[in-house]
Amino acid sequence: MNATLAAGRARHVNAWAVIARTLLYSFLVCLGVVVIYPLVWMAFNGFKDNAQIFGDPFALPARWSWGNYVQAWNHGVRDYVTVSVLVTVASAMCTVLISAWTAFGLTRTKMPAKPLVVAIVLGGLMLSPTVAVIPLVKMLQALGLYNTYWALIILYTAFRVPFTTFLIRAYMLDLPRDLDEAATMDGASEGQVFWRIILPLCRPIIISCVILHVLFAWNEYLFAMIFTSGAHVQTLPVGLTSIMAKHGTNYPVVFAAMTISALPIVVVFFAAQRYFIRGLSEGIGK
Amino acid sequence: MMVATAEKVSAVAYGAARRRWASKKVRVRLGNLLSLRWAAIALILVGWFVYYPIVDNFIVSTTDEDIYTGEVTNVGLANYDRLLHDPIVLVALFNNCLYALISVVFQVFGAFLLAAIIEDLRSERWRRFWRAVYFVPSAISITVTGLLFYFIYQPQIGLLDAALARLGLGQLVQPWLGNEHTAIYAIIAMSQWQGFGYTTLLFAIAIQKIPRDLYDAATMDGAGALRRLWNITFPLTREMTGLMVIVTVAGAFQVFNEVMVMTAGGPNNSSQVLGTWLY
Repeated sequence: MNATLAAGRARHVNAWAVIARTLLYSFLVCLGVVVIYPLVWMAFNGFKDNAQIFGDPFALPARWSWGNYVQAWNHGVRDYVTVSVLVTVASAMCTVLISAWTAFGLTRTKMPAKPLVVAIVLGGLMLSPTVAVIPLVKMLQALGLYNTYWALIILYTAFRVPFTTFLIRAYMLDLPRDLDEAATMDGASEGQVFWRIILPLCRPIIISCVILHVLFAWNEYLFAMIFTSGAHVQTLPVGLTSIMAKHGTNYPVVFAAMTISALPIVVVFFAAQRYFIRGLSEGIGK
Repeated sequence: MMVATAEKVSAVAYGAARRRWASKKVRVRLGNLLSLRWAAIALILVGWFVYYPIVDNFIVSTTDEDIYTGEVTNVGLANYDRLLHDPIVLVALFNNCLYALISVVFQVFGAFLLAAIIEDLRSERWRRFWRAVYFVPSAISITVTGLLFYFIYQPQIGLLDAALARLGLGQLVQPWLGNEHTAIYAIIAMSQWQGFGYTTLLFAIAIQKIPRDLYDAATMDGAGALRRLWNITFPLTREMTGLMVIVTVAGAFQVFNEVMVMTAGGPNNSSQVLGTWLY
């Protein structure tokens, strides 16, 4: 008697659990649709023509032709992609290298005034770039770097070094010291220890830092908008607004350009998701 | 090249100093000082391009420059006073607060719940899948998402009005960004769409760090899913929640790009925020 009652209650509980689970799953799926569908719509609109875009927004493209994508690519997107790739790659390399040097100095050498250096470099994390814009314009004009991609490379590096140093330093602090101590005993210089031992050991966090930086530099808008004005030095995010201004009524081309600029970074994220998540968890875990 | 020579020089100085430790303490000091070269580029770069502009900005902000004569007079904090009596500043400030409030609700507490739901799934593959899917908008540039939602909110070609009409909510159809009363909400909604995946990912990482045995023990003791959420997950990610609240609120007061791309503060200044108003 008792046993049947208990069994009945268990079945009851199970039924509720199943309902709750189904509700949760459908919630996840609905949210997923809300997130992904606008992006799919954007890519599809790149295949339509103006008449179709003004028709039913939910309809699939009538023809899968790449015409709009080719047109967008030839009307400026190619130049913007080139600049974006150049700025992203160069600033990623500078940022990671400078940060690794700094982190090495802070964790493995007898550098004087370490707490002060840490405070200065990591304190840069607190400062907002928006506030610095007007003086930076004056400075870069004085240096003759205004409206060149050097401006973006330097600024992206300067503003990302604090965060990247923070990540690499945390990782280096956790590395065992036996290896580099042994190497120093054998007469290796600081430089050799850095290039031959520490840097190779830091590869995972270096990759994470590169990925985080690429995500930042590819998408950055404020600096890119303010410090560049000519088409030949504009990055993709700024270039898109120029395309919008120029081809504003030719919606399919605008949609195609948007899709081209979003696609690489989504691919990079999916390909390097593991490293990306490690970078984030290192960054917030400490 | 320069670095390589500097390294060699210091290696010699350092090695020599080591051998004659007792007598040549000075050289050791010099060697230590040379170690600063590892941080030199970072210090110069950050000092020059991150700190200096902000100091310069403050100095400029306390002066009044006559644009004809270039004469600079010191007016102290009067410019700050003038700023506080502009009516648009109040609209902007209100919008920033609204932004902060809504973002905290969705991007902190909403994201926390979502992360808890995802991490409760049994298959690791599905957990990874949902985390990645929700993150995708955060990986995309603000200009792309801003333009995308600019189109979505459009009455003729947009998804939103078309969806509302299909659902039989035709009376709600309107130009979302062209209406003074809805523009700021439309922008905030876009920014939730873009941002919640990022905070969800961060919460998921924090939840993964909670030891599994706690949950197993609680389940053995008969605690349901909600009890476990409230008594284990929430307290043990409290640090993360606090951090997220601070970051989200700070972000809401610095917001600029979203508004700039979608409405540039219009219509009739109704969607101004402090960032765009200053610009």
